[in-house]
Amino acid sequence: MMRLRPGTRAALPVIAFLLIGFAAPLLAVIGFSFMPPRTFGLSGEPTLANYTTIFESTAYISLLWSLGLAVATVLILVVISYPVAYGLVRVFGRWSAPLTLVFVIPLFVSENVRLYGWLLFLIKNGVLLGGIKALFGLELESMLFTLPAILLGMVYVYLPFMLFPLTLGIAMVPNETREAALDLGATRWQVFREVELPLSLPGLVIGCLLTFVLAVGAIAEFKVLGGQQVIPIAHDIEIAFTYAQNWPLGAALSVLLMLVVGTLVLLALRRFDLDTFLGRR
Amino acid sequence: MLRTELGCCRVQRFKLPKSKTSDLGVPLPRFAGEEQTNRFEMNKPAGVILSLRGLTKIFAGYAAVNAIDLEILEGELFTIVGPSGSGKSTLLRMLAGMEEPTSGDIILRGERINDIPANRRPTCMVFQSLALFPHKDVGANIEFSLKIRGVEAGKRREKALELMRLLRLPETYYGRPVTKISGGERQRVALARALAFDPDILFFDEPLSALDYKLRKTLEKELKDIHRETKKTFVYITHSLEEAMVMSDRIGVMRDGKLVQIGTPQEIYSAPSSKFVSEFIGDVNVLPVTVNGSGRLKCEHLPAELIAPALAEGSAAGYLVVRPEFLRFLDAPGDADNHVIGRLYNEYALGSRIQYQVRVGELVFVLEKLRHEAFEGRLDQEVLIGWDAADSIVVPDV
Repeated sequence: MMRLRPGTRAALPVIAFLLIGFAAPLLAVIGFSFMPPRTFGLSGEPTLANYTTIFESTAYISLLWSLGLAVATVLILVVISYPVAYGLVRVFGRWSAPLTLVFVIPLFVSENVRLYGWLLFLIKNGVLLGGIKALFGLELESMLFTLPAILLGMVYVYLPFMLFPLTLGIAMVPNETREAALDLGATRWQVFREVELPLSLPGLVIGCLLTFVLAVGAIAEFKVLGGQQVIPIAHDIEIAFTYAQNWPLGAALSVLLMLVVGTLVLLALRRFDLDTFLGRR
Repeated sequence: MLRTELGCCRVQRFKLPKSKTSDLGVPLPRFAGEEQTNRFEMNKPAGVILSLRGLTKIFAGYAAVNAIDLEILEGELFTIVGPSGSGKSTLLRMLAGMEEPTSGDIILRGERINDIPANRRPTCMVFQSLALFPHKDVGANIEFSLKIRGVEAGKRREKALELMRLLRLPETYYGRPVTKISGGERQRVALARALAFDPDILFFDEPLSALDYKLRKTLEKELKDIHRETKKTFVYITHSLEEAMVMSDRIGVMRDGKLVQIGTPQEIYSAPSSKFVSEFIGDVNVLPVTVNGSGRLKCEHLPAELIAPALAEGSAAGYLVVRPEFLRFLDAPGDADNHVIGRLYNEYALGSRIQYQVRVGELVFVLEKLRHEAFEGRLDQEVLIGWDAADSIVVPDV
């Protein structure tokens, strides 16, 4: 028998676990995507039929919706989170800890429960509109089941995933480099543009990647707050695997999603080498 | 307490002539005590660039900087020395505009600058951590202040390369990331970046403390050379009086938020105003003494009375300070004004000098001799050591 180094030997259980639990399902999905439509085994004749189906059906529109809304979510989150994260690190002082808790606590509640909370809040005669009606006698249209409602849900759910990496990124900007820039005559804005923003970029990039990947796979926001106005790719995949009983099509959609997201993430990581920002290389 | 009786008992022997001027044509400062009394004088002596009046910073009820009065002269290299926690960093940060004074005034060329923020003060600081911008290369770091002012790229580059030449940084370093150069080179980049700003005053917050001994020694001298080249006012802080001695035109010794002595390196060395200052310089012999009726000194650990240096009026008690190089091994008791008999406990080679430790009962004396004048003796041998009264001073215990 081949002799293994102690490190490799110790890692064997983890390697086995990863192969069975992570690599095998992924390979199975990739395999299924090349099987004839509506088959349930990996022994069929390999075909590209599922991929052609995607572009002949409306599935690619779903993919575009998912990507578009994910990008919008990320952009909105950057705009909202940067000031909040900046405040948590530099401005709020001793109020930072309780405020952080406010942002963390919702994570303890299931995403679906929180979204149904929003539903009750926004629905006609619900908390918001019902309240306005009772107080002012005004009857307003509900924003539920519209694109803004979906965006609201996504921004709300993914906020912590942007906020905390960003907080970390901003906290890592050494105070003295800010002071040095100020001392060298930079205005507050110049300090931000020349020093704080570039030095907090690692946090920003990580936050963007994290929320983007999560948002591309979002489904509950579309179902609960979007009322099926817009179908995301995750929904198409779910349908293919369940209601339509077309595993190869679902697999092909999954592979396509992974390819697109994987490519985008790799491009981003290449453009923004995290180590370079941090001055480690 | 002792300190009230011994108001000012400084040995006059080493004092410099008052009219002497430095190489920069700037009149050398007067003695510390005189400046303190003139602190609110409106007609400032010519050449004062920065004056502090009652400058105080209170952190949570604790005065980190306590009513400091100081005048810094145009073109001088002034060093503030003090142990950690003495408030020297806080003082410097107030001067640079990064900390707001609780009370007192900072006056730059006759104008009160307390309320002017750091980015509008014509001063610049070299930080202890250097605070280089890690995402920018050497050139961009040096040019930062020029870019901020909107100087065009070509001119910026020219200026940066000129400064790099001045600081002996190779031109090839221009595009190199600051993270890929050595500690000493980073030091030079930080200095170049500050010089590019062309400040009226350059502040240094212990920038050399993180470097190894040899490099530190080299850079101390280089810094003094740069000071000479640029003719700018440098205000430097350090915890090492040795470092201060090498570089400074004048030194201010700080303790517990106060400046306890201001003077030239020579004055600080030969006429320390207190036990604290004398011990801060390095190994020194300090004996607690009282003055008896006949003007002699009595140390409770020594049998004989000691002949005192010139004492201030009304001195009653304090500390007798004798530097190690003024203590001598004697052949006979009459060879020096004062003598004691002790036991040679150990000797230490300090490069060009040798230090001897002699124990007299509970007291420990240190003597230093040049290597070629080394004392030949066995350990535990009985030795006769002594010093002349004029080589000693009596300082108050403050």
